[in-house]
Amino acid sequence: MGIPLKDLIEKHCGGVRGGWDNLLAVIPGGSSVPMLPKAICDDLPMDFDTLRGHRSGLGTAAVIVMDKSTDLIKAIARLAKFYKHESCGQCTPCREGTGWMWRVMERMVQGKAELEEIDTLLEVTTQIEGHTICALGDAAAWPIQGLFRHFRPVVEQRIADYKARTTSRAVAAE
Amino acid sequence: MPTLTVDGKTVEVPAGANVLQACEAAGVEIPRFCYHERLSIAGNCRMCLVEQEKAPKPIASCAMPAADNMVIRTNTPLVRKARRGVMEFLLINHPLDCPICDQGGECDLQDQAMAYGFEHSRFKENKRAVSEKNMGPLIKTTMTRCIQCTRCVRFATEVTGVEEIGAIGRGETMEITTYLNQAVTSNLSGNVIDLCPVGALTSKPYAFAARPWELKKTESIDVHDALGSAVRVDARGAGVLRILPRLNDDVNEEWISDKTRFAVDGLAKRRLDRPYVRVNGKLQPASWDEAFAAIGAALAATPAAKVAALAGDLADAESIKALKDLMTAIGSTSTDCRIDGARLDASVRASYLFNTGIAGIEEADALLLIGSDPSVEAAVLNARIRKRWLKGGFKVAAIGPKTDLTYRADFLGEGADVLEALVAGQGFAEVLKGARKPAIIIGQGALSREDGAVILGLARKLAEATGVVKDGWNGFNVLHTAASRVGALDLGFVPGEGGLSVGDVEAGKADFVWLLGVDEIDMTNLKAPFVVYQGSHGDAGAHVADVILPGAAYTEKSGTYVNTEGRVQRTKRAVFPPGDAREDWAILRAFSDRVGKTLPYDSLAQLRAKMVEQVPHFAALDEVTPAAWAAFGSDGDVSAAAIGYAIENFYLTNPIARASATMAECVAVKQETACGCGHSHGATGTHG
Repeated sequence: MGIPLKDLIEKHCGGVRGGWDNLLAVIPGGSSVPMLPKAICDDLPMDFDTLRGHRSGLGTAAVIVMDKSTDLIKAIARLAKFYKHESCGQCTPCREGTGWMWRVMERMVQGKAELEEIDTLLEVTTQIEGHTICALGDAAAWPIQGLFRHFRPVVEQRIADYKARTTSRAVAAE
Repeated sequence: MPTLTVDGKTVEVPAGANVLQACEAAGVEIPRFCYHERLSIAGNCRMCLVEQEKAPKPIASCAMPAADNMVIRTNTPLVRKARRGVMEFLLINHPLDCPICDQGGECDLQDQAMAYGFEHSRFKENKRAVSEKNMGPLIKTTMTRCIQCTRCVRFATEVTGVEEIGAIGRGETMEITTYLNQAVTSNLSGNVIDLCPVGALTSKPYAFAARPWELKKTESIDVHDALGSAVRVDARGAGVLRILPRLNDDVNEEWISDKTRFAVDGLAKRRLDRPYVRVNGKLQPASWDEAFAAIGAALAATPAAKVAALAGDLADAESIKALKDLMTAIGSTSTDCRIDGARLDASVRASYLFNTGIAGIEEADALLLIGSDPSVEAAVLNARIRKRWLKGGFKVAAIGPKTDLTYRADFLGEGADVLEALVAGQGFAEVLKGARKPAIIIGQGALSREDGAVILGLARKLAEATGVVKDGWNGFNVLHTAASRVGALDLGFVPGEGGLSVGDVEAGKADFVWLLGVDEIDMTNLKAPFVVYQGSHGDAGAHVADVILPGAAYTEKSGTYVNTEGRVQRTKRAVFPPGDAREDWAILRAFSDRVGKTLPYDSLAQLRAKMVEQVPHFAALDEVTPAAWAAFGSDGDVSAAAIGYAIENFYLTNPIARASATMAECVAVKQETACGCGHSHGATGTHG
C-alpha cells in the first residue's frame, strides 16, 4: 500500500517496454477503473485517497500498463465488449447500456462517429453509473470515462481522420 | 410503524412497507415497471429510483424497506436524470411499433415515456429483435417489445405455482420464454397479459380487435365459477370484446381464471335470438305469443304434480325467484337447482357455504380437501390456498384421485372409507385437531354421489370432532362449481313436499319440464315430456326442447348471484341481449301473466324487494352474512367407490364456454401437451 506506481512497474514488474518514457497510460485497478495518463503516473503513490483524488481507484489492484504502441480506443472498446458480455441482464441500465456503449466504442475505433456522440456516450456512462443493482454497471462506465477524460483529443482526431478519408474518397469518386 | 419524510411531507407507514409505498402514502407517484404489489420484489427495472438523504447514490424505492427518519426526495434533478436515463435505456431496444401494438393506449411504457422520457432518440445502432415464443392459444407474444421486467416469470412461479415461464440467456440477449416453448398450462395464465407492462404479452383472441378508448367499460361479476370474481366487461357496440379482472381483495385479489377471461367469444356464438316452437318434430321460429301459447296449452294439460322446473348453473337469483314463484302459483313443488345431483339441503345455510370465506382460507393452518380439486373448480381460490401454503405452517391433505394442486398435499386415498377413518380420529384428524384454525373443503365431486348426504354428514361430524367448527371460527367449506347454486339454495329452489328432484326429471318422471338454462343433465329421458328451455345458448337443453325462450347472458342483464362463500353480488348490463332475447325474470313475469298467474312484481326493483322479504341477506350487497351452525347430512353407509372430482374439463363447463372457439382450442392444445409426443396433432387426416 502506498508504493509509488513507477517503482511498482519499473522495479518489481520488469518495467515498461522501451523504458518509462514509452508509457502511454495505466489502468491502476483491474479493468474497471478510469485510466491515468503517464503525466499522473510519474509520481503516484498507490493508495485509496491519492487515486480517488485523481478520479480513479485501486479497484482489484491489478495494474494494466499500456505503452505507446497501444490503440487506447481499441483497448477500451475491448473492455466495453467484455462488460457487455458479462452483464447478466437483470437490471435495465446495465443490460441495455453496456451494449450501447460497446457499439459506439467499436465505431469510434474506426472513427466512424460524429463528434457530438462523444458527449452522448459520456452521458450514457453517467446514466448507467450508480443506477444499477450491482457494481458491474459502474465498472462498465468508468474505463470509458477515463479514456475521454485524458485522451479525448485522440478520439476526436480519429473521427476527423475518418471524415477526411471518406470525404476525399467521395470527392475522388465524383 | 416507521415515520419518514417524502418531499418534505411526513408520513407514517406500516412496518414492512417499502419506500415506494411510503411515497404513495405521501401522495407521490413513483414510476415502475417490475414492481407489483402481489409479486415478490425484483428491483430490476430501476425506474423507481429516488434520492435518499445521506445515500451515495439513488435507491430503488421498491426494494428499500421504509425506516424511521429516512428523508426521501423524488423531485430532484438527480431523480429526474435517473428516470430519464432508465427510460432511454428501455426504449433504445424497444420497437416503435405502437400503432400496431395491442397494448397501445393502456401501455405503462407509453405512458411513462410521455411523463419521464426524452423527446427524441439518441440511439443510432440497430435495435435488438427477439424471436417469437409460443405461449399457447391464449397469450400472443411479441418478445421484441419485452423489457425484461420478469413480472410474468414471477407470477407463474409464485402465484400459479407452475414454473413454465422463465428467462434464458443473459445480458442484452436475455429472453423470456416458456419451458421448451410449450403452451402455458396454468388455468390462471391469462393474468400475465394484464401484468405485462408493455405489449410483449397480449391477448391472442383479442388481437387487433379494438383500442381501449373505443370500449365501453362495465363493472360486473363473473359467473363461470362459483367465486363471483370481480370483472370489467369491455364492449363495443353490441359485442363484448374482452373481460378483465377488477380488484376485490375479498374474492379474486386481481386475478381471474382463463375461462372467465377467454370464454368471451362464446357470448356471441350459438345464441338463441328468437323463440322456437317444435312443430312436427322440428323446431320452427315463432313469436313470443306463439311460444307462450304452446307452453300454456301444454301446462294446462299437465297435472301440477307432474310439472317440474330446474334452474341451471348460470341462472341469476331474480329469475330463480320468479320461476319458484311461478311454480308455487301453478301448485308444483318440483323445483331443483342441484343440477350435478349434489345431496345438499337448503335448510341449514352453513351446510352449503364456504364458511371461512375465500380470504379466510389465508387464516387456516390445516386443510382437508374432500373430493375437490380447487385448481380446476376455482383456480383463483387455488392461488389463494397456494399463497397460504407458501407462508408455511399449513398442512394439506386430500381425499380423491392424485392431482397437481400446485402445493404439497398428502393424498390420503380415494374412497369414502378414508373419511370414515378420519371421523374415527385416525391420521390427518390429529393434524386438524392440533391446528388452531383447521379447515375442510368439500367439493361437488363428493356430494353428487348417491351417498353424498352421508358424506356431508361425515364431514360435519369430522368438523365437529376436530375443532373445525368452534367459537369464532367456522372452517367447514363447501366449494361450489356453479355461480347460481348458493343463491338458488338460499331461495329454497329445492323440491318441496312430494316434489320431483333433478334425478326424477332425468328418469322421466315429470311430464312438463321448465329448464332455466339447464344443459348439464342427462337428457335421454326428456324426449317424451314437454320441455321448455329458457336460456341464452343453443346447447344440450335446447336440443330436447319443445319451446325455446331466448334469455340473456350474464353480460346482458343485471342479475344477483351469491358466490360460494355467500357473498351477494350483482352483474351489470354491458350490452343488450341479441335479437328478441329478453331478460330472464321478465320472460317469466310475462308468461305468468299469460296463464293468469301474474307474479306480484312489475319491475326488477319490486322483484328484488320480494327477494329480500323472503331472504333478508339479499339486501346486503357485496357482503357475506355468516350462517349459523346446525346439524345436517344423514347417517348411513358409504359406498366403497372412489370419490371423483366435479369438473372433467375446465374449459367446457357451461354453455358460454362450450360455444367459445378459444376454449375449444385450449382443449385441443391441452390434449396435445398431455400426449407429450411433441408432434402437432392438426387435422392431417392421418392423425390419431
